[in-house]
Amino acid sequence: MDTKKTSLYQLHKDCNAKFVEFAGYQMPIQYSAGIVEEHKFTRNHSGIFDVSHMGQLFVYGGEDLIEDFEKIFPLDLKNLKLNHSKYSFLMDKDAGIQDDLIITKIDGGFLIILNAACKDNDFKILKEFLDEKYKMILDGNRSLIAIQGPKSSPILNEVVDGVKDLNFMSGNWFSFENQKLYITRSGYTGEDGFEISIPNSFADKFTRELINKGSKLVGLGARDTLRLEAGLCLYGHDLDKDKTPVEANLKWAISKERITKGDFIGSDIIIKQLNNGVSKIRVGIKPEGRIIAREKTKIFNQLDVHIGEITSGTFGPSVNGPVAMGYVENEFSKKNTKVFLEVRGKKHAASICSLPFYKKSYVKGAN
Amino acid sequence: MSEVKYSKEHEWIKLEGDIATIGITKHATEMLGDIVFAELPEKGTSVEKDGTAGVVESTKAASDVYTPVSGEVVDTNQAIVDDPSKINQDPENSAWFFKLKIKDPSEMSTLMNKDDYDKFAKETSA
Repeated sequence: MDTKKTSLYQLHKDCNAKFVEFAGYQMPIQYSAGIVEEHKFTRNHSGIFDVSHMGQLFVYGGEDLIEDFEKIFPLDLKNLKLNHSKYSFLMDKDAGIQDDLIITKIDGGFLIILNAACKDNDFKILKEFLDEKYKMILDGNRSLIAIQGPKSSPILNEVVDGVKDLNFMSGNWFSFENQKLYITRSGYTGEDGFEISIPNSFADKFTRELINKGSKLVGLGARDTLRLEAGLCLYGHDLDKDKTPVEANLKWAISKERITKGDFIGSDIIIKQLNNGVSKIRVGIKPEGRIIAREKTKIFNQLDVHIGEITSGTFGPSVNGPVAMGYVENEFSKKNTKVFLEVRGKKHAASICSLPFYKKSYVKGAN
Repeated sequence: MSEVKYSKEHEWIKLEGDIATIGITKHATEMLGDIVFAELPEKGTSVEKDGTAGVVESTKAASDVYTPVSGEVVDTNQAIVDDPSKINQDPENSAWFFKLKIKDPSEMSTLMNKDDYDKFAKETSA
């Protein structure tokens, strides 16, 4: 199968991108500045990320759709206001996470942003569950561009007037060159920022305007270090079918209103785990010194007993040190618990810590 | 007179008397990207030609550093451990990795000179 290219492929090339194949797409891992510079530029200024490989699923329907979606997602969708977004997951009957996603109530239905590697399977699962009652479009005609960092709001507002008034985790339709853009104030870096859904044929021009206003393209490499410093999960690494939202320490994303009734996919397990606790749980892990503990690194307790595994680990440029997260047996999940990480055959001291590693600065907005 | 030679694993080696200074090439740092971690062999240990003698890591991945010749580690460059970004800044000079008292000078002859290495680097990265 040929690898797919996004509408910004030429722009990436023009900016000297190094490409990697990711979920069937040719994606930029970094540009000439390099991952550390791109990371810091996002934290201090404004970075643009091409995330067009992600799925943009539009599902159209009214009250029936809300009811059906509540059987799938552990969210209080009846009370979700128009243009408001929620982080959620698609679970299997055992509450294993099949994907994590952002769902936004739009006029006439919902927009769901899905992970690139999961989107086709998600579409299949949802279509089957919804019994083809609703119009569903996994929209390949639109690109998705994120702009993140403290200068992003003024920069984007120069190109699309009014976006600066959006609140965190909410969105709206805007226009650019008479095209309809759906923009949400959200992101995956721990910084204030926006995600812009735009027709493919206008993505290149739009992005070049953002660059002209002072933002810079940032690759998937820095996207990973940014999200890890922000303590955010990456599907396929920190989340997968063998982990539940409670184990992933994401119970904040499950609506309390839905727990009492518990009539969604996976609710039996979720309720059981919320009441009885879990045997393993996701935690932040801070290695002492500079040693980097990557995915699959084994975690040991002080008695040299294997108690878990790292699921993501790298060097955090803003923390200026190594950062990691992983799953440990529940009794070792308390903050400041001393653990050991086995890297290249040697055990290195580390401690369990709270997330995020880097304090976020999300803008709540004027209201 | 000192001579600088290069290995297929992208190390450079500068021999002065029986002391060799070893580091990684500029080409290697360009392939690795920003280096954020470096681990060096311990002083006093013996290393064998083509054996592992350290590790460098970028944000993305870890890579072994090999020694192009055999010998005893007589010095290591703590400055690059404390600030690995120095390796990207000045790889073929101040950001050397370790010094060896070499065991067998004839091992030097198996290595490339600068022109051959530049050609090799260009071909393998194309």
